[in-house]
Amino acid sequence: MVADNHHDPLAVLEEKDRAKKAALLQCLAQEFRLTVLDILHQTGTGHWGGAASAAELLVALYFDAMNIRPAEPAWPERDRLVVSKGHASCMLYTVLAHRGYFPPSELNTFRQIDSRLQGHPCMNKTPGVEMSTGSLGHGTSVALGMALAARLSEKTFWTYVLIGDGDLNEGQTWEAIMAAAKYKPERLVALIDYNKVQLDGPSDQIMPMDPLPEKLRAFNWNVAPTVYDGNSAAEVLASFAWVKDQPQWPAAVIYRTRKGRGVSFMENNAQWHGGVVNDATYAKARPELLATLRTLEANL
Amino acid sequence: MTTTAPIAMRDAFGEALLALATEFPEMVVLDADVSTSTRTAAFGQRHAHRFFNVGVAEANMVDMAAGMATCGLRPVVNTFALFLTLKAADQVRNIVCYNNLPVVFAGSYAGLSDSYDGASHQSILDVALMRAMPNMAVVVPADSVELRQALELTLRRNGPTYLRLCRNPTPVLFAEAEPFVLGKIRKLRDGADLTIAVCGVPTSMAIEASARLATSGIAVDLLEVSTIKPIDRAALAASARKTRRVLTVEEHTVCGGLGSAVAEVLAQHAPAAMQMIGIQDVFTESGDYAALLKKYGISTDHIEAGARQLVAAHPQ
Repeated sequence: MVADNHHDPLAVLEEKDRAKKAALLQCLAQEFRLTVLDILHQTGTGHWGGAASAAELLVALYFDAMNIRPAEPAWPERDRLVVSKGHASCMLYTVLAHRGYFPPSELNTFRQIDSRLQGHPCMNKTPGVEMSTGSLGHGTSVALGMALAARLSEKTFWTYVLIGDGDLNEGQTWEAIMAAAKYKPERLVALIDYNKVQLDGPSDQIMPMDPLPEKLRAFNWNVAPTVYDGNSAAEVLASFAWVKDQPQWPAAVIYRTRKGRGVSFMENNAQWHGGVVNDATYAKARPELLATLRTLEANL
Repeated sequence: MTTTAPIAMRDAFGEALLALATEFPEMVVLDADVSTSTRTAAFGQRHAHRFFNVGVAEANMVDMAAGMATCGLRPVVNTFALFLTLKAADQVRNIVCYNNLPVVFAGSYAGLSDSYDGASHQSILDVALMRAMPNMAVVVPADSVELRQALELTLRRNGPTYLRLCRNPTPVLFAEAEPFVLGKIRKLRDGADLTIAVCGVPTSMAIEASARLATSGIAVDLLEVSTIKPIDRAALAASARKTRRVLTVEEHTVCGGLGSAVAEVLAQHAPAAMQMIGIQDVFTESGDYAALLKKYGISTDHIEAGARQLVAAHPQ
């Protein structure tokens, strides 16, 4: 993204602040990737690909965009995020824990017996989880219901739904997209983690979704004119700036992301949708993530 | 019990929604393009901002309701029972029941009552599906009065409820002064020879059959089991211990409905000889409602014959 207002000194200042914030969020996302890899390795179960893909989006939402009170998860005015791609659970939990919803020490109970951290998100077990997901296709409908409830009760909270490729395959997602365009609820935002790899392979082979922006526009959604890099915190922040400025609802932002982002041999590889991170893999993957983190930290 | 002109549950339901609108300001009504059939249209006209006709998209409707419920609203979700319980089964299970959200599902046109539309529309396994969902309460009212009472009660319930509605006019059996209690059996007749456990539309048939049986000396313990879940174990077991013979009657397949629910209780707490009247694991067909019920084994005559068989085959 290139800002076109460098002539304004105030804007330059804001730009600097935003760049600094973006650098911090980028570091955080990378730290959380390491945490997720550690957990997946330790527990021997979980989904790396979709979790790594959504790191910057989840971090930017919880550490910047969303109006939330981690100590008061049921605060009625809070912004909502429905993670429709529930298999990103490990990243969601890592973000929630570090944002203060529950102790990070609990993260290593992920997917284990008696844990609050279920394989896929469960709203009645994990503080901060707004909706139980896992079975794909539900999130957009649920978010639409929340946004309509906000309208009906004259509240001004935002409702975000994080959608993945698999979600877009589900007919229900398109039912919800149709219905959202009928009701046009204010502050309903679909964030599409468009990494174009699903469980069985590249989406273009399994179920092509292109041309996605045109599809959404044809369904009468207000779609961001730019496809942002969803693995760049700076671009994610820029996309949120676009979102906050919209007069028309519902709004959608499409992010080009990389499934498995951060580990070269796991990126864009369907095998790492849910592959087990064994000792050998872990030994190869962790140094890569760590090296990137060190570089990011050095540039802070 | 009273007898007045028959009233269709769907008409009573549409009126009840309107009547409860003020008392339950958080109630919202969703429908999937069948609001003139389910009778939610009147609510939609009067309370347009609280009414959501989402088109023929049942899965989306159920999850929208779930999202609303998380924000403090009390959604009542409407469409034909068959589409609600099958097309949106994943949504009912994974989003509403798993999260124990206060959503009322009104399955209209249930059983064989969408008679002329045929098997594609006849909902004969909805009770089996809904009662298998943890957290769900399942209510099969026998008349319009009980339906109204059940709706009001379930709007106060902190969890999901499935209400099963008949399309057609049915006899009014209960008085407003005899309140429906969730999870409680109503005993309509006291007898020691045979228990008849019935729910829904066949209740009036069971009442008549019991009266006929009485004239030939068979005293029926007649239980109206409108709450299939949570089922009234104590009342069922007490009756079965007394009579040792139990006939169940339902407008539903005998796989997984009232008969199965009763058998689950009795097998564990009060084993008894049983017979189940209901649709015998087959697909049904188009036709006149009364004729269909009769063809598929649900009638006063069938109940009477079943009772006599059970009594003859199992001497006390």
